[in-house]
Amino acid sequence: MSAFLTRLRQIARAMVGAPDYDAYLRHMREHHPGTSPLSETQLFRERQEARYGGKNGGKCC
Amino acid sequence: MARHIPWILIAIVGAVALAVVAVSRGEAVNALWIVVAAVSSFLVAYRYYALYIARHVMRLDPAQPTPAIRRADGMDYVATDRTVLFGHHFAAIAGAGPLVGPVLAAQMGYLPGTLWIIAGVVLAGAVQDFMVLFISMRRDGKSLGELIRMEMGQVAGTIALFGAFMIMVIILAVLALIVVKALAESPWGMFTVAATVPLAIFMGVYTRWIRPGRIGEVSVLGLVGLLAAIVYGQSIAQSPFWGPAFTFTPVQLCWILIGYGAVASVLPVWLLLAPRDYLSTFLKIGAIAALAIGIVIMAPPLKMHAVTQFVDGGGPVWSGGLFPFLFITIACGAVSGFHALIASGTTPKLIASEGDARIIGYGAMLMEAFVAIMALVGASILDPGIYFTMNSPAAVIGTDAASAAAAVTSMGFPISSDLILQTAKDVGEHSIISRAGGAPTLAVAMAEIFSHVVGGPAMKAFWYHFAILFEALFILTAVDAGTRAGRFMLQDLIALAVPGFKDTTSPIPGFVATGLCVAAWGFFLHQGVTDPLGGVNTLWPVFGISNQMLAAIALMLATAVLFRMKRDRYAWVTMAPTAWLLICTVSAGWLKLFSADAKIGFLAHAAKFSEAAGRGEVLAPAKSMAEMEKIVFNDRIDAALCAIFLAVVLSLLFFTIRTCLAARRTDRPTAQEIPAAMAAAE
Repeated sequence: MSAFLTRLRQIARAMVGAPDYDAYLRHMREHHPGTSPLSETQLFRERQEARYGGKNGGKCC
Repeated sequence: MARHIPWILIAIVGAVALAVVAVSRGEAVNALWIVVAAVSSFLVAYRYYALYIARHVMRLDPAQPTPAIRRADGMDYVATDRTVLFGHHFAAIAGAGPLVGPVLAAQMGYLPGTLWIIAGVVLAGAVQDFMVLFISMRRDGKSLGELIRMEMGQVAGTIALFGAFMIMVIILAVLALIVVKALAESPWGMFTVAATVPLAIFMGVYTRWIRPGRIGEVSVLGLVGLLAAIVYGQSIAQSPFWGPAFTFTPVQLCWILIGYGAVASVLPVWLLLAPRDYLSTFLKIGAIAALAIGIVIMAPPLKMHAVTQFVDGGGPVWSGGLFPFLFITIACGAVSGFHALIASGTTPKLIASEGDARIIGYGAMLMEAFVAIMALVGASILDPGIYFTMNSPAAVIGTDAASAAAAVTSMGFPISSDLILQTAKDVGEHSIISRAGGAPTLAVAMAEIFSHVVGGPAMKAFWYHFAILFEALFILTAVDAGTRAGRFMLQDLIALAVPGFKDTTSPIPGFVATGLCVAAWGFFLHQGVTDPLGGVNTLWPVFGISNQMLAAIALMLATAVLFRMKRDRYAWVTMAPTAWLLICTVSAGWLKLFSADAKIGFLAHAAKFSEAAGRGEVLAPAKSMAEMEKIVFNDRIDAALCAIFLAVVLSLLFFTIRTCLAARRTDRPTAQEIPAAMAAAE
């Protein structure tokens, strides 16, 4: 049940382009060890700007 | 063989359901037959046709790394689970389009629209989304414009970018027009929509500083606020002071929206756009799910005729006959060119395996077609008299219940003025006459369905305003986001002539491009709002033509890529829908330009009015010479727009043919896929 809820939460966040912080940390650990990753808030803000800034072609009609 | 048996059964069920829908006459058909016919067709198409495309046409290879693997950066390129990505992609493609087009198309009866949605999505729409996703996925997730440039040359890419910008302008104008039509003279609706602005700003501040990134909890807070706004909206509307304060004429609303678009699109994204997108996305998904459940529980009979007399043209909602105009009226839901921008946007950068492309590309579009089917069902369960009362322009049916009842009854759809007044009262509005644009009609239908399941007739007014709010909310989000996207497209285009214009450090190019973008859609919005025939009549076909043309362009790119991959013998998969879309859009564009019927052809309409003006006559619906001149001017602008769209699509056809012929002359593949090794070396 909790796995199902986690998945629902992931889907809902993906629908509005919110980042998955765990996945980001995993990526940073594997590919860029030694560099300090963005904090969760920093990543959230960065992704929000990237999604809504307009360079992504917007959404559909 | 045994594994095919369940699919054969599904196919048989679908065929029976389709037969029931198609041949029943005289007695009411249950809406569930349409739903069953659509769902079984989609399942079979997904199992066989999409698999055929994946295995033979594209030769998807799960072992080949996707951009999310090759270029993983934890931000733009992230390998994402396919159910999660399906949600992301579906939320991005499903908007107002699939809800509005089918409602407008219902004037020809439910049968033509149903058949076109089912056939269109299986053979054209889903193929387009799937192919563009495939092409972009093999090229680092590049955008449609860049893909066309890579495969068909610089000039073709620039023409496509220009076409996409014009389409964006028309889409924004049409969407804004739908909001105007839904909110004009409706203080309840206007109050609830206006309330979303401070609510979204509160949510923005909350996610920025109070609890950063907590989208779930802020959305719940926002939802509570929205429901409160709907409930209090009724008292606001009835208040002798606030009621009139929230009552606006269409022209006032038009200027409010233009001002809103200009301001909203330069605010920081976290303040208004992002939080309202959270609300509108979740509300949209929730409303779609609720509508599906509601239709299944209620199992309503269809009251609309299967086919009306308007298939020959002459319908009050939009002009023109079944061919070609039905096929451009239902754009989103059957095939939507705009999806090519989404399928070459964020989705290809997130896909974890090529094996997932079928469910994301083809599957999500089938889901959107299902939404379109539900909208068509919604419009068709209403009394046809109510449908035509709501969707015919005031110039045809007048503005009071008695004249509307008489006019609609004489069309062959008997209705009493009492029923018109009662329906308006049930949904808590002053009037439902001439509320064109699809959204109000769908809202009445949703109120009918939802109140059947929850709350009974007393809740109808609440559900009506809930439905209006949900549609207006995501349209306003689209207007805001679209203006921002249009601004960057315009900056790219202007930069071709004025190189410094792309500069993002100086604020001036940004402001200029935003201003131009708002002015462009604002012009068409104003034209639509002041159009005596109701605007939707004029603008929706132009939107449909442009959106289908973009689809044709995307499918032409796919065809060119298949030729360059030396897979010519599979190219019929994209050539057949391309041909159909070209036939429909070019003939519709041609008729809009040159038809001698002033109801259809812009130039004929302009000639009729300018000749009358020359004789010093004022033709209805114009009331003065100035209005006559304005009608002529607008007609000519619309004609020029159609001509531009025709020129864009025909020149891209030329580039496609040239690319395909060149590809046939070489004996090896020339498609510019980005090979895994090269990308890894970067």
